[in-house]
Amino acid sequence: MTADQSAPQTSPGRVLLIEDEPNIATAIAFILQRDGWRVSTHSDGTTALEAVDRHAPDVVVLDVMLPGKSGFDILGAIRDGERSALPVLMLTAKGQTKDRERAEALGVSRFMTKPFSNRDLLDAVRELAGAPDGTG
Amino acid sequence: MNLTFNLLVAVCLAYVAFLFVMAFAGERQAARGGGLLRGPGIYTLSLSIYCTAWTFYGAVGYAARSGLEFMTIYLGPTLVFVGWWWVLRKLVRIGRAERITSIADILSSRYGKSNLLAVIVTILAVIGTTPYISLQLQSVTLSFGVFATSGDAAGQTSLAFWVATGLAVFTILFGTRNLDANERHDGIVTAIAVESIVKLVALLSVGIFVVWGLNDGLSGAAATIAASPLADWTATPGRWAGLIFVSAAAIICLPRMFQVLVVENTDERHLATASWAFPLYLLAMCLFVVPIAATGLARMPAGANPDLYVLTLPLAEGRDGLAMLAFLGGFSSATSMVIVASVALATMLSNHIVMPLWLAWQGQGRASISGDVRRVVLGARRASILVVLAMGYAYYAVSGGTSALAAIGLISFVGMAQVLPALMFGLFWTGATRIGAASGIVTGFAIWAWTMLLPVLMGPGWLPEGPFGIGALRPEAMFGLGGDPFLTSLLLSIGLNVLVFCAVSLLTEPTQMERLQAPRFVQVFDRAARPRGHRSGSAGAEELLVMAQRILGAAEAQALFGAAARGEGRIGEMPHVTPALLETLERRLSGSVGAATAHAMVTGITGDSIVSVEDLLAVADETAQIMEYSAMLQSQSDELTHTAEQLREANAKLTALGRQKDAFLSQVSHELRTPMTSIRAFSEILRMDGLEEEERARYAGIIQDESQRLTRLLDDLLDLSVLESGQGTLNRTRASLADILDRAVTASGQTGLDVIRNPDQEDVEVETDTDRLAQVFINLITNAAKYCEAAAPSLRIRVGLQGESVMIDFIDNGAGIAPRDRGLIFEKFARLSDQASAGSAGLGLAICREVMMRLDGTIDYLPGQGGAAFRVRLPRPVDAARAAE
Repeated sequence: MTADQSAPQTSPGRVLLIEDEPNIATAIAFILQRDGWRVSTHSDGTTALEAVDRHAPDVVVLDVMLPGKSGFDILGAIRDGERSALPVLMLTAKGQTKDRERAEALGVSRFMTKPFSNRDLLDAVRELAGAPDGTG
Repeated sequence: MNLTFNLLVAVCLAYVAFLFVMAFAGERQAARGGGLLRGPGIYTLSLSIYCTAWTFYGAVGYAARSGLEFMTIYLGPTLVFVGWWWVLRKLVRIGRAERITSIADILSSRYGKSNLLAVIVTILAVIGTTPYISLQLQSVTLSFGVFATSGDAAGQTSLAFWVATGLAVFTILFGTRNLDANERHDGIVTAIAVESIVKLVALLSVGIFVVWGLNDGLSGAAATIAASPLADWTATPGRWAGLIFVSAAAIICLPRMFQVLVVENTDERHLATASWAFPLYLLAMCLFVVPIAATGLARMPAGANPDLYVLTLPLAEGRDGLAMLAFLGGFSSATSMVIVASVALATMLSNHIVMPLWLAWQGQGRASISGDVRRVVLGARRASILVVLAMGYAYYAVSGGTSALAAIGLISFVGMAQVLPALMFGLFWTGATRIGAASGIVTGFAIWAWTMLLPVLMGPGWLPEGPFGIGALRPEAMFGLGGDPFLTSLLLSIGLNVLVFCAVSLLTEPTQMERLQAPRFVQVFDRAARPRGHRSGSAGAEELLVMAQRILGAAEAQALFGAAARGEGRIGEMPHVTPALLETLERRLSGSVGAATAHAMVTGITGDSIVSVEDLLAVADETAQIMEYSAMLQSQSDELTHTAEQLREANAKLTALGRQKDAFLSQVSHELRTPMTSIRAFSEILRMDGLEEEERARYAGIIQDESQRLTRLLDDLLDLSVLESGQGTLNRTRASLADILDRAVTASGQTGLDVIRNPDQEDVEVETDTDRLAQVFINLITNAAKYCEAAAPSLRIRVGLQGESVMIDFIDNGAGIAPRDRGLIFEKFARLSDQASAGSAGLGLAICREVMMRLDGTIDYLPGQGGAAFRVRLPRPVDAARAAE
């Protein structure tokens, strides 16, 4: 289920996108790749952690509503695991404050509500990766 | 004669002062809790007021005139006390239980609390007792006259006045000091007990002096008696029987005897002692009567008054000291009788005549009774004492004191004996009525007055030819009955009294009140199952405190008893069980348990009263009320519990609904935001430069798909909302199931799903909203198309009949739904774990369920069919179902 899509430009880093909605995954992957990121997408919650280990991303973009395992579970597992400092950008379509609070309690790096502007998403990923703004 | 009049007066005053002291001491000791003073000894001695001046002086005179006949006056009471003490016990028990205050009160109480009866008895008692009181005044003045050298008639009358005044003062002082509910007078009882000892000692001393001082011992005395006219006396049986009966009646019926016997009784057990001790006292009193009489007859001059031998014999022999003792004995006899008689009469007068009149007057004058009724009662009591003594004095002054003492005594006895039938029948016959009692008493009273009282008042030879010349009504010989006038009068009055009483009682019906009262008297022992007895002092108080603590609580009960003890100046001790304490306690308890129960509890402990049938009924009523109230509370409580339960359920439901609503909104939000996210993201992407045309077309396609998805979602939401709220009308028509299925399959479009049908089975008529049913079918078909992951997905539609239902099964050849998800699939936005990306909003099956509910059918997951299987069940039209059978 995970696919590497080669970046057309020089790669500022790796992003692991965990998203089960195929259209949204396509859109996000397109936006990030256009900005030079190497994007791996993963749609299943249960195997997401293995994907994190396998791809060793610089940033994880994580949906909340996932089949099998929720984004909160995956975030918690990342924070408890070897790569606990991994920047995680969380996306949710629920838009409830209690979800934001829960994510922040779990140590989310950034929390965004769907729908988002592509620009904001890019800025957030760049910021999380520590990359300088506006490269390409 | 060494005894001067002044010395005599001084001795009298000293003696009276001594009596005052004794009376005070008696009251003080009684207030402190009784002790010896309220023992059986004092009770027995107080009964000796039966022996008045008539017996002290008169018995000797009687013996001198009529021989041993005087013995009857002692035999009557002796027989009653020895043989009839159980009657007395019943009287005493009733007296205590019903808080009887007088002989008039007991009759009134027995006969339905009739005040008319009380008034009749009171009048009878006043008329019968007044001559007797004047008799006592006469005896005192006569005895004074024996000593006083310069005594003339006027001096004697004024002496009688002062004696009457002195007695009035004493009686008012000790008879009306307080107004106890039980009408007991400890001071007076103590004083008369002391006086009874003085009487006995004086008479015995004179007797011993006469036998051993004047007659050289018993043999000499016997010789003197044999030589006297007494030896020639022979008994007349009829007269003896009459006299014994009258004196036996007197010991019960005389107001003063009833007062000491019943009202002043503090303990029923004292009666047991008195039943042998009082006859012994009487025996001692009459022991020397015959020797004194015989010696007097032999030694005194022919004209000497035999009634005064007790005084004149010692005086003639120069024994001044003995004479003085004898005088004091006589004085004691007279005063004790007057005091108790006036107390008893005053109680009757004030309770049954003065107070009712005063209350009636108050009722007319003012709207309500104001002020201290207690003060009024005491005033009435005091005034009554004055009236009684004034009447006694007036009678003495008018009659001049000529009649023989014994004659007046007997007349008085017979007069009061008229209440005996009503009293005794009242104790043993529940059928006795008020009207019967009143008729009997009035009849006996009238005959007595006509044949005994009036002849004495009018003097001998009154109406020798009868009134208006009617010989049959001649007082001396009513109805031509000659012989002994006393016996005739007694037989007539008592006989007719009983006859009228019984006849009228049988002819009249007792009133409701009488019906209630009669058993309290007749069956007084039956109702007292528990051992009874007076518990004086602190023992009763402790039991009361224990009981009070149970009901009022420890703090309040202890405060109540502490306050009572402080009021008695006994800080830190148990208070005396006074009527005031009992009343307060009962009132406080009744606040908690009801009046009747409180009364029963308090009296149950003090033993002062008997718990009557009425009391028990009242207790039962209260208990029933309390139980009813408690049952009401219980049902209210149950109701409340039930309501609280409902409320809790409703609240839980609301909370669940609230949670469902939150979850639903959250899900709706998610379902709406998801396509919008794609739409927005791709819109922004489409505005970018350098996109290939192919890419643009693909992304625009996505935007279009997601827009359709949004619209579909909103449609579903609105549809579900309409279904759930029960809005929207169903358009029921008859249709062939095959037609509806055809429509559904066509509407589902080309999905790549192989739909397998059996047209034979589908030939079923249904009556339903065909559009809605088709919607359900479409949902099931598109679900199968979407989720069936088989290589060659197929859906088998199977139709079956079961009873009055049609079953349409939709079975695909996929993997089916995991058992853990089967409960969820019909919920809104149920997104199954492994079919998340199928693009469903998760409302389809929820809508199907709502639709089937409205169509009176069901939709269920059908397990065990290989793939995912759903069964739709519809009711068949009744006629179609019948036709099929």
